[in-house]
Amino acid sequence: MSQPAPASGARLAVLLGGLGLLVIAAALGALFVGSARVPPGDVLAVLTGRIKGVDQVVVLSLRLPRILAALLAGGALAVAGAGFQALARNPLAEPSVLGVSSGAAFGVIVAQVFGLGGGLVEAVGLAACAFAGALVAGAAVYLIASRAGGLPVHTLLLAGVIVGIFFSSAITVLISVVDFDRLGGVVHWLLGNLSPIAPGSLAVFAALTTLGGWLVIGAARRLNLLALGEEAAQQLGVDSERVKRRIFAGAALLTSAAVAFAGPIGFVGLIVPQTLRLLLGSDNRIVIPAALLGGGAFLLLADTVARNVIVPAELSVGVITAFCGTPFFIYLLRTRVANPHL
Amino acid sequence: MTPLLECQRVAFAHAARGGGADAFAIRNLSFDVRPGETFGVIGPNASGKTTLVRLLSRVLTPSGGRIRLEGSDLSGLERAAVARQIAVVPQDVPHGFPHTVEELVLMGRFPRAPRRFFESDEDRAAARRAMEAVGVLDLREALLDRLSGGERQRVMLARALAQEPRLLILDEPTAHLDLRYQAECAGLLRRLGREAGLTIVLVSHDLGFAAELCDRLLLMAAGAAVRVGPPETVMDEAVLESAYGCRVIVDKHPISRRPTVHLVYPGA
Repeated sequence: MSQPAPASGARLAVLLGGLGLLVIAAALGALFVGSARVPPGDVLAVLTGRIKGVDQVVVLSLRLPRILAALLAGGALAVAGAGFQALARNPLAEPSVLGVSSGAAFGVIVAQVFGLGGGLVEAVGLAACAFAGALVAGAAVYLIASRAGGLPVHTLLLAGVIVGIFFSSAITVLISVVDFDRLGGVVHWLLGNLSPIAPGSLAVFAALTTLGGWLVIGAARRLNLLALGEEAAQQLGVDSERVKRRIFAGAALLTSAAVAFAGPIGFVGLIVPQTLRLLLGSDNRIVIPAALLGGGAFLLLADTVARNVIVPAELSVGVITAFCGTPFFIYLLRTRVANPHL
Repeated sequence: MTPLLECQRVAFAHAARGGGADAFAIRNLSFDVRPGETFGVIGPNASGKTTLVRLLSRVLTPSGGRIRLEGSDLSGLERAAVARQIAVVPQDVPHGFPHTVEELVLMGRFPRAPRRFFESDEDRAAARRAMEAVGVLDLREALLDRLSGGERQRVMLARALAQEPRLLILDEPTAHLDLRYQAECAGLLRRLGREAGLTIVLVSHDLGFAAELCDRLLLMAAGAAVRVGPPETVMDEAVLESAYGCRVIVDKHPISRRPTVHLVYPGA
């Protein structure tokens, strides 16, 4: 296989331009399809402001926010996955595999028990609880798995599974104890649900995704050096402890934002960055920014499928990503994890 | 002449577990490295050579004493500032490291401008010069995993040169090399010392290699300095025998007249 061209601003710009077009095309496509039958001509008329009424509500208040939420959640989860993979030096690390998503989900349920809903302030509170849950879960996985300066692949994955099971059980306890009506739609949300999302929540979601994306992408060059091993990176001038803390905070923030506003959708952080790595090479300065847009496009496509395959009902988007993700996980486990003792 | 690098009564202890006495890897170590010289560090296994490399490259901080780089305390400098002056050539890069030669060499440019996201044209030119200097320019698009041990060694040397350092630290450069590559490596280091005026610290198992290339040697045993000086004074039979705990005969290399060491194999 020929080597991709060296990383440069020009190469990244071309790539992001292409992915941007893909995102726009996917978003436009998603505006036109759905369980409520709105003729394509009417969608165009709504977009140009010539029609009001039910069609306008469907297109602008139901479909458009959902499309934006899918783009944000997909981008956030894909970048978080790339960050965790670089941090753990393990292609299988991913927010849901590591149990970080479950920790964030537990935080969200706790917040909802205390009655946090859809307003702007409440959206911030929801995200904060999710972030706290993600940090606790991530730290627990790290403490369980770390062995004298390393994170062995299998221990890391097992620790992630165990922490995930713990938080899932804690969620089940909360749901059983608390009046189910107060946690409306929780079961659907737990499988990944992109609808409905209030404008205030969407704004908070976008802000958190931007912040988390900046934390991870901004450290991409240092992440490349960290792949040489911690000692070599330090000898090349990288403050490795600071970079690791920054990536962990950024990836946990992205995970918690996606979980708070879209649910614990699995495997996006595995499929997207690893596919991009196969296509684009290993330079994090190319792969991680591409994952932001590529993840958005992927989740939007998955969600569009989810809400159209069994019309008039709809599937949870997490079901689609899991069906794509499990074979991919097995493929990576068999091919990329050559040495289980690394 | 002011030394480039100065160790003053340096100590390093691994923190003891369970309240026992700290285990000292380095004790009361003092020496200096002068600008432009090639300085060798030799000694038996577990004598503290690797710990010393980590201390000199600021991966570890001394628990006692001081290391000065051109007069300023090393532990007070930022990592990138240290990496602009001191480059380490490690024994190897991790296997499965998924980058090309050029990408690895460009990583040596990081300390020159840590805030830069992509390398500049100037960075690319410096990487090119470094690859040219060690003869790996033709390999620049090859994946590291496809290279031989000698080629990988030169690529890591190129990465260190791309840092444009004043001091080069080589950690066991001949450990994985057969004779031909050892000769190549010696020629390369000599050229870098003489032509580029680089100061070199060479940590080596190989006593003959060190004696051949170095202006002065530091012999370490059990974390302390046994002797510092020109190869002729350090390579003393009695001194080596007590440091290594075996019988040796010191001879002269037939061409360079530098000391060489023969092991007296027991039972012969």
